[in-house]
Amino acid sequence: MHHYTIAELMKSLRNKEFSSVELTQHYLERIKQLDSQFNSYITVSSEQALLSAQQADQALAKGNASDLCGIPIAHKDLFCTQGTLTSCGSKMLSNFVPPYNATIVENLANAGAVSLGKTNMDEFAMGSSNESSFYGASKNPWNIDCVPGGSSGGSAAAVAAQLAVATTGSDTGGSIRQPASFCGLTGLKPTYGRVSRWGMVAYASSLDQAGPIARTAEDAAIMLNAMASFDDKDSTSVDIEKSDYKASLNDSIKGLRIGVPEEYFQDGLDNDVATLVNAALAEYEKMGATLHPISLPHTHLAIPAYYVIAPAEASANLSRFDGVRYGHRCDDPKDLMDLYKRSREEGFGDEVKRRILVGAYALSAGYYDAYYRKAQQVRRLIKQDFVDAFTQVDVIAGPVVPNPAFGIGEKSTNPVSMYLEDIYTLPTNLAGLCGISLPCGLSSDNKPVGLQLTGNYFAEAKLLNVAHQFQQHTDHHKKTAPISNASNKLNSNQ
Amino acid sequence: MEWETVIGLEVHVQLATKTKIFSGASTQFGAAPNTQACAIDLAMPGTLPVANEQAFRYAVMFGLAIDADIGQRSVFERKNYFYPDLPKGYQTTQLDAPIVGAGQIEITLADGSTKAIRIHHAHLEEDAGKSLHEGDFEQGMSGIDLNRAGTPLIEIVSEPDISNSDEAVAFAKKLHSLVIALGICDGEMSQGSMRFDVNISVRHKGEEKLGTRTETKNLNSFKFMEEAIALEVERQIDVLEDGGSIRQETRLYNADTKTARAMRSKEEANDYRYFPCPDLLPVVLDDAYIDSVRQQMPELPIARCQRFVDEYALSAYDAAILSDNTHIANYFEATVKQCNDAKLSANWIMGEVSARLNAEEKTITQSPINPTQLAGVIARIKDNSISNKIAKQVFDGLWLGEGDSADTIIEAKGLKQVSDSGALESMVDEVIANSGAQIENYKKADPEKRPKMLGYFVGQIMKASKGQANPKMINDILIKKLNELV
Amino acid sequence: MAFAQNQFNLVENPVKHDDINALAHLARININDDLLDNVTDNINSILSLVDQLQQASTDDVEPMYHPLDATQQLRADEVTETDNRQALQANAPATEAGLFLVPQVIE
Repeated sequence: MHHYTIAELMKSLRNKEFSSVELTQHYLERIKQLDSQFNSYITVSSEQALLSAQQADQALAKGNASDLCGIPIAHKDLFCTQGTLTSCGSKMLSNFVPPYNATIVENLANAGAVSLGKTNMDEFAMGSSNESSFYGASKNPWNIDCVPGGSSGGSAAAVAAQLAVATTGSDTGGSIRQPASFCGLTGLKPTYGRVSRWGMVAYASSLDQAGPIARTAEDAAIMLNAMASFDDKDSTSVDIEKSDYKASLNDSIKGLRIGVPEEYFQDGLDNDVATLVNAALAEYEKMGATLHPISLPHTHLAIPAYYVIAPAEASANLSRFDGVRYGHRCDDPKDLMDLYKRSREEGFGDEVKRRILVGAYALSAGYYDAYYRKAQQVRRLIKQDFVDAFTQVDVIAGPVVPNPAFGIGEKSTNPVSMYLEDIYTLPTNLAGLCGISLPCGLSSDNKPVGLQLTGNYFAEAKLLNVAHQFQQHTDHHKKTAPISNASNKLNSNQ
Repeated sequence: MEWETVIGLEVHVQLATKTKIFSGASTQFGAAPNTQACAIDLAMPGTLPVANEQAFRYAVMFGLAIDADIGQRSVFERKNYFYPDLPKGYQTTQLDAPIVGAGQIEITLADGSTKAIRIHHAHLEEDAGKSLHEGDFEQGMSGIDLNRAGTPLIEIVSEPDISNSDEAVAFAKKLHSLVIALGICDGEMSQGSMRFDVNISVRHKGEEKLGTRTETKNLNSFKFMEEAIALEVERQIDVLEDGGSIRQETRLYNADTKTARAMRSKEEANDYRYFPCPDLLPVVLDDAYIDSVRQQMPELPIARCQRFVDEYALSAYDAAILSDNTHIANYFEATVKQCNDAKLSANWIMGEVSARLNAEEKTITQSPINPTQLAGVIARIKDNSISNKIAKQVFDGLWLGEGDSADTIIEAKGLKQVSDSGALESMVDEVIANSGAQIENYKKADPEKRPKMLGYFVGQIMKASKGQANPKMINDILIKKLNELV
Repeated sequence: MAFAQNQFNLVENPVKHDDINALAHLARININDDLLDNVTDNINSILSLVDQLQQASTDDVEPMYHPLDATQQLRADEVTETDNRQALQANAPATEAGLFLVPQVIE
C-alpha cells in the first residue's frame, strides 16, 4: 500500500480495502525497518499516529471524511508540533517541545491527516544537502551515497523511500523544489503569504514559505488544499479567496504560453539536466503549449542578493536562541556573556554560525547600504523581470537545479559551491512567486532530474494544472527509488 | 565663565491598551511574574507579531494633540541587541518612518512666560521585561519577568530646547497631563507608565557648538528627574572646570543615595543593525482613519481651561489649575453638575480637597470623597442648612467615612443650622443678659463704632449654639435687640 | 561547475580575524581561536560572492523589503492570551518562583 498516491489511498480507504490504522501501521513498520538507511526521520510518533488513525477510521466510517482523512504524512522538523520535539535539525532545539502547533500542522490535523513524525532537515533550514543537520545527513533513496537535497531533505527522502505518502517542507531559497528534484518528487513552493508561517520556525521571514512534497501534482494539490489558509496570527499571510486546487487539474493546457528564460540554460547547466528539461518542454509542445524564449536579465544577481537578505534576516531571527527561555544552555556559565556566547557556540552548527555572521556584517554600520539595502534594490529588479515576463507568458519553465543529486561530502567543505546550487530556485523566493518542481526523467547515472515551473502570484492552481497535465502524458513521476530487499519483503507481505 | 545647560528628553509613555502591541496578552500591572507573557512575548520559536490597532490610534491621538504630521506610512524596524529582558534579541521599534513626526509643546515657566519645546518625533515600540536582582531565587542570579515585555510605548523625543531642570520638569508635567487628558496613558509614574531619559550637556554661554552629552536613563518621577539633572549638570561643570572632558555615556541615577554612575552594560559602543522587520508590513493609515481619530479626540487641557472661564466664569488662574489635570477637571465638572455652583466647587476642590490629598499624598482619583458627596456638602451650604465652618466638619466626617453623604452626617451629628427665630431670639436674650459690661460699653460707644462691636456678641451666640446658629439671622436679631436697648 | 567564483568580482579578503571577532561578539557566538582562520576564509569567500551586487545599477530603485509590497493588517485590542506560564516554562533551562533565571545582570 506504500506505492499508492494520496488520490489512490483516498479510494482504498473509502472502499475499506484497508483501514487507516492498518495503513499507518504499515508505514510505521516500514520506517522502523528502512529508515536507518535514509535517516529521513528525526522523530517517529507511533502512538500519536495510531491514535489519529483510529479517529480517522471513525470519521471515514461516518462517511463525511475530507480528502486527507487517514492519510499518513510527516512534517518537516521546523513546524511546531504540540507535545512533540521540534528540533529544526539543531542541537539548539534538541530539547524543545512546543506547547503549540503550527497553523499548517493544525490545518492538516483538522483535515484528518495522520502525522507519522518529524523529518530531518538542514539545521534551521540553512543548506541544500541536509548535511548540516545535528541529527546527521539524510540519504537519497535513489542513491544512498548522494544527498537528498535540502533543506527539506528528510521530507523528500521520506516520500521517495515511501516512508510517508507526502510531507510538508519549507522553501526559503529552493528548499522544497531542490530536494523534490533530487528525489524524483513533486514539490510546490506556494506564493509568499499563501500559507501561514505561524509556528514555522523562521529562517528568513520575507522568503520562507511552507509547501508540500508529494509523489504527484494531484497529491500536492490535495495537500495544499488543506495547508493554505489566511491566518490572522501571521500578518504576512494574504486574505484572498483560496481556490480548490484539485478542481482545475484537468483543465486543458492547449495554447498555454510557456516562457523559457535564456539565462536558465547557460554555462553551468549539466548536460543530462539540459537534455531532460528540453525533452519535457518538447512534450509540452506536443500537448499544445507554445514555447517562448524570454529573458530574466537579473538572474545572475539572485545568489548575491539572497545571500545578503536571508542571512541578514536570519541573524536577527536566531537571536532569540540565547539559552534563557528554552533551547540549549551551556553548563556552568560564569556570567551572562558566557551564557550567551557558549550556548550559541555549542548550540549552532558551522553553517548557521556563518550565516549569522554574514548577516550581522551586512547590517552593520557602514555596510548596510552597500549590502542590505543594495540587495533589496536588486530584489526589486529581479521581481520586475518576472512581472515583465508574465505579461507575455503564463508560466516559466526551466531546470530546478544545475545538476542531479551530488555526493555526500562533495560540497560540504565549500559553502560557496553549495550556494551556487540555488541559482534557479532563489529568484522565485526573492520575488515571492510560486514554483513547482516535477520529475522529468533520470540522468545517465540513474538520478532523478526535475523540471521547474514558476507561476505568477497566487497562480498555484495553474501550476498544479500544468504539472498534472504533464503527469497525465508521462510516467517520470511513477518511477520509484530502488529500495533494498527489506522493502520487497514488506511488499510481498502486503 | 558662565555655563549654559542644554537638555533634550526622551519620554517613554506606556499606552493604556488592554493588550500588548504585538500579542493578545494583557498589560494589566502587578500580575504574578510571567503570567502575562504569552508565547509571542517570550519569543517562542515560530511565533509572529500582529500589531494592535489601538496602539496606533493612541499614537495618532498624541500626534494630533501636538500638531504633528502623522506618519501615514510607518515602518517597524528591528533594533538588535542581546539582553535577558529582550526575548527576541531585538526590539521592534520605528526609526526612519515613525508614526508621529515633528510637533511642539508649549510650557509655562515660573514667571508666567511660555516657551515652545520642539518635538523631533514620536515612535511606537515595545517595552522590555524586567530583571530582578534579588528575590526568592538563587544568589548571584537575576530573575527575568517578561510580563511587561511587549507593552506598547510611544517614545517622544524632544529637540534639545530645554535649558534647565525647571523647564524639564514643566515639560514633563505638561506631557503627563496631556497623555492623561487624551486617555492614552494612565500616568501612573510609580508603576513606570511614564519614564524619562535625559540627555544633558553643558557649554560656555555664547558657544554655538554643543558639548558632549550624557544620557541619564529611566527616571520615573519629576523629583528624581530634577535631582538627576542638577547632579549631572554640576558633575559636568566640575569635570570641565578641572580641565577634564565629558565622556559620552549612559548613566543611572540612584534616588536612594542621590548619586549616579555610568551603566556598565552600555559601555561598549553598540551597533544595533536596524533593518525593517520582515514579519510586520508597513502600516498605512489613510486620511479617513486619521479624521475618525480626530473626531473622537477628547477635549485637551488648553481648550478645557478656556471653557472653564467661559462656561463657569472662573478666573483664568482657577481655570488653569482645575483644567491641567484631567482627573481634577473631571472631578470639578462632576461636582458642579450636581450642585450648580462653580465658584464654591472650585474653592472647595482647590482648598480643602487639595490640601487633604496633599497631606495624605493621594491623587484625586484616590480621594475618599467623590464629587456627589462634595456637591452634597456644597448644597447644604447654599441652602443655609450649615455654615462654612460646620461644612468643614461635615467634610471631615465624609473623609473619614463616618457617613456616606453630607446629609447623613449632618443628621447623625445634629449639625443642622438653627434657623428657628424663636430659638435664636432666646439665645440672643440669654447672651445679652449675661454680658452686662459689654452692653454698657456698647451703649456708651459712638454709634458709628457700634457695628464693629457686634463680633463679641455673635461669637458668644455661636459658641452657645455650637456653631449651628444661622449667622445672618443672628446678626439681624442681635441688631434689632441691641437697638431696642440703646 | 561553470558558476565558479572566478566569474565574480573578487574583493581580496574584506574581513580579518579582528572583524570576525567583532562580528562574533555582536552575534554573541564564541569562536575558538583555532577555528578563526577557517571561519575568516569562509566568510571572505561568501562576501566575495555577494560583492557581485555592486555591479548592479540600482539608482532610483526602491528597496523591496517585502515580496508583495503589502501593508499591515491591524489586530483589535482584545485579550486573547491567558496565563499559560507552566506550559511555556516547561522548556526553560532554569526557573524559580515563576522567573527565568540567568547569571546576574549588571546594568
